[in-house]
Amino acid sequence: MCTKPTTGNEQKTIFELSSAGRRGMRYPKCDVPEAELPSGLLRDELPMPELSEADVVRHFTNLSELNYSLDNGFYPLGSCTMKYNPKIDEKLSRLDGFVNVHPLQPIETVQGSLLVMYELQDMLQRISGMDACTLTPAAGAHGEFSGVKTIVAWHQAQGHDKRKVMLIPDSAHGTNPATSAMSGLVVKPVPTDARGNIDLEKLAPLCNDELAGIMITNPNTLGLFDEHIVEVNEMVHKAGGLVYGDGANMNALLGIARPGDLGFDVMHFNLHKTFATPHGGGGPGSGPICAKAFLADYIPGPVACVLEEETEEMPPLYGLKMPEESMGQVRSFWGHFGVMLKAYVYILMEGEEGLRRVSEYATLNANYLMAALKKVYPLPFDRPCMHEFVLEGKLPNAPEVRALDIAKRLMDYKFHPPTNYFPLIVHEALMIEPTETESKQVLDEFIEAMLVIAKEAEENPQLLHDAPLTTPFGRMDEVKAAKDLILTA
Amino acid sequence: MKIESDLLYSKNDEWVRIEGDTATIGITDYAQSQLSDIVFAEVSIEKGESVEAGDCIGTVESVKAASDIYTPVSGTVTAVNEAVADEPEIINKDAFGAAWFIKVEIDGPIDNSELMDAGDYRKYCEEREH
Amino acid sequence: MFIPHTESEREEMLKSIGVEKIEDLFAAIPEQHRFPKLGMLHGMTEMEVSAQLKEMAEANLSLSNAVSFLGAGAYYHYIPAAIDNLISRGEFYTAYTPYQPEISQGTLQGIFEYQSLIARLTGMDAANASHYDGATACAEAGILAYHQFRGKRKEILVSSGLHPHYQSVMRTYLSDFDGMYMISPTFNSLADVTPQKLIDAVDENTAMVIVQYPDFFGQIFDFTELAEAVHAKGALLCVCVNPIALGLLKTPGAMGADVVVGEGQPLGIPLSYGGPYLGIFAARKELIRKVSGRIVGQTVDNRGQKSYVLTLTAREQHIRREKATSNICSNQGLNALTAAIYLSLLGKEGLREVASLCYNKAHYAARKISELKDYEILNSGPFFHEFVVKCPKPVEELQEHLLEHGILGGYDLSGSYPVFENCLLIAVTEMNSKQDIDDLCLVLKGGHHHHVH
Repeated sequence: MCTKPTTGNEQKTIFELSSAGRRGMRYPKCDVPEAELPSGLLRDELPMPELSEADVVRHFTNLSELNYSLDNGFYPLGSCTMKYNPKIDEKLSRLDGFVNVHPLQPIETVQGSLLVMYELQDMLQRISGMDACTLTPAAGAHGEFSGVKTIVAWHQAQGHDKRKVMLIPDSAHGTNPATSAMSGLVVKPVPTDARGNIDLEKLAPLCNDELAGIMITNPNTLGLFDEHIVEVNEMVHKAGGLVYGDGANMNALLGIARPGDLGFDVMHFNLHKTFATPHGGGGPGSGPICAKAFLADYIPGPVACVLEEETEEMPPLYGLKMPEESMGQVRSFWGHFGVMLKAYVYILMEGEEGLRRVSEYATLNANYLMAALKKVYPLPFDRPCMHEFVLEGKLPNAPEVRALDIAKRLMDYKFHPPTNYFPLIVHEALMIEPTETESKQVLDEFIEAMLVIAKEAEENPQLLHDAPLTTPFGRMDEVKAAKDLILTA
Repeated sequence: MKIESDLLYSKNDEWVRIEGDTATIGITDYAQSQLSDIVFAEVSIEKGESVEAGDCIGTVESVKAASDIYTPVSGTVTAVNEAVADEPEIINKDAFGAAWFIKVEIDGPIDNSELMDAGDYRKYCEEREH
Repeated sequence: MFIPHTESEREEMLKSIGVEKIEDLFAAIPEQHRFPKLGMLHGMTEMEVSAQLKEMAEANLSLSNAVSFLGAGAYYHYIPAAIDNLISRGEFYTAYTPYQPEISQGTLQGIFEYQSLIARLTGMDAANASHYDGATACAEAGILAYHQFRGKRKEILVSSGLHPHYQSVMRTYLSDFDGMYMISPTFNSLADVTPQKLIDAVDENTAMVIVQYPDFFGQIFDFTELAEAVHAKGALLCVCVNPIALGLLKTPGAMGADVVVGEGQPLGIPLSYGGPYLGIFAARKELIRKVSGRIVGQTVDNRGQKSYVLTLTAREQHIRREKATSNICSNQGLNALTAAIYLSLLGKEGLREVASLCYNKAHYAARKISELKDYEILNSGPFFHEFVVKCPKPVEELQEHLLEHGILGGYDLSGSYPVFENCLLIAVTEMNSKQDIDDLCLVLKGGHHHHVH
């Protein structure tokens, strides 16, 4: 222990805490004769730390306390859907019968897991208005990749060799163009009009015989439901293209509208957003895709299916199969089962009525915040929003204060900042998504903090430039990090 | 914002200095100020290679942005400035001088139609500032 | 279910928005498509859903109630109790991606330590914050090779000993990828799956050679000569590892690998019917800017404190969009943290011990099985904790018989490899006792072992 009191929040690394010869884990003695090791194939040294169990537990507990998390407070992160993560999900996903199951066990021994997958596929199809589902994609971007490759595979099967253009609205997430490029497509941007919709006039000439499809986030990243979505999708279909739905914003549409009804052909869900599975400090997520019947044979697999129908004596036998013309396998084994399980529990608990309430209250909360904040912060697209909205973090009377300063100052009021500088089409964007699990009290406190900060910005802008002041760490030197590149201890 | 009067400028914010049949290419002061602190720069072609106008010749990165650099002229690369990769901060300090990227020996007359003079480039930058 | 609003709060909120009812907020949605019936059941309470899920879990055979020799890319290891305790802290698992470093140092330092541990374990200069799994990490390695040669080299030369799922996933990623293609040497028996075959095949079109260590069939080779041959042709060498094996074995870094990928599941992550797992990705420092995925770097804050941030972000999709190194956005954050805790707990001695246990028990099992009449071990050279057994009858039949005795007998190779007819891939870890192995042998022999698990 230190002999003098410390004020800083720096933590030693596990390597600095290490002491030669210390042990944190012991194994039983080997109960078989030792085999000869292959000389020449052994490593010289194993530079791992040496710690006791208590050292390790204290170290990671201390680290955890430097984090802000959903269990600490409000996270109005636009496009991330940081809703409360129910504790029962954690408990049930740790049941021995789910955790200690090998992916290659005979299917007769994993009927419980297969039933979870089969039913979750069905639930997601119902929610999206689609006919097929695969749970294998590991994350949202991975789902995009799976869906876009499905579109590519379908076009190839139809002999559409010329269709290489993917249209992407300028408000889209960066993953959309990155995914299309990875799938061998040429990306063409589509502008947004003054009401925040896809610009139909600019779209029309792009709908030609080179079109493979369009990737649409609806509601879009401005939090606005595209008022011409059905028309847009018809234009694309008429030109021979397919419509991909980026499901990042599905928290606005549960029981409100089904993408399948609106003309989408294939889409992904983010189970870690819409269905309350935890973000885990950056992952694991899960990004299942749903598709219309004509694409069902092309989606990645395997998918859960019924191998033998139910009889009077026997329940159905569930199994896995690869869709016939599948675009392929996108990861090893069958997907993030542990994450699927939590989403499954969540959907079971919400049920038909609960799901609709989720999106209703997510939208109510967003509109409530928007109505209060637009009095002070510029709102570039002023019409009712869905589950999120985008402000400009640029105050008329505080020209030198930027969105970043406002975001950082919010930390001093014990809030996680909103998403900033996205979408790119809004200058100094502050993108706010409250989710349905926040109460009116929390929203009111947030509004108050935002209004106080607006005043501070006018009266004492330096305070905002210096923020945050009350967090364990201040602003980081990101230029130094990128130039000096210290990536290991 | 600095703009040098005797250079030609591209829409992608490269500058070209023509001296005889040699063109020197770099990125403009406006470009470096938009990127802010540049932490990485790379020239992705080598001396002796031939390039077509519009080819990507390198990349610059700041913490928040990245930009590819394209040659506005065609020809053969005669020199590559190692200094921009070794000390990328010189792009922030001296975009029109020490931080040139490549020299190209131009084959035939250059196609000016896509390039701007200093006056037009100034207007082009101001428009984007709104 | 998790909505806190009271009726009066809702009414107040609607009033301040200026609408009468919540439905009014959805006017932008075409009326005929608004508020569809989904055909789902009514919501369940926590008690009800707990009872249902418990029943479903019990419909599975848990490995804690069986003896398992299944491996083939996912391994049953002991998970120290402290891990679940630590990763169950809400501060870790309910946090978002650490884009706001001032309030995310826990996650950031955790990843930094994970990167450091992986770099040390593999003998490489640096590691990223992880990919989805071993298969996608392999695919991303192939894409790195594409970028390294600016698309001028199109061939990825893949060892036949690479996990079949990984080969399949790489094929998915590289199809439609500007003409990239994969080739593998042909093989007629396990004796053909050697680095020499790759040394013979590498040429100036090869962007990268990918090998697995131990390979899918458990074999271990020194890839030093392969690395030299690969480098002589100007190509890159990628080694896909099982991290547990590196508790004993020479590192890919020491052999001259340029990139190391692997499945990190054995590092304290439960089997969970296939995921979520952990894609390890490490590289030489010259390649670090070509690596995709999140990377954490050390810096200082404005108070002079040593701290950590996500760095080199200009490679990534949110900045580069269609020119990004990959579309990957997330990392397996919580699983990377799990691996960091696992390696910290086991430490130098623990990791060596668990690797030795796997090695010794697997070799005992191989020896015992080889003594059985009509069974043959096909591995002729060194192997780690997995090996191929040629059986006297179809594996499916054997497996049924084994399962009756509570034994999951291993992976049936005949499905994916016609040359491995009647072949069983057996994995042995510290979870298998001598008794388990003896029981396996007894049942294989056709006898009945003395107790049923």
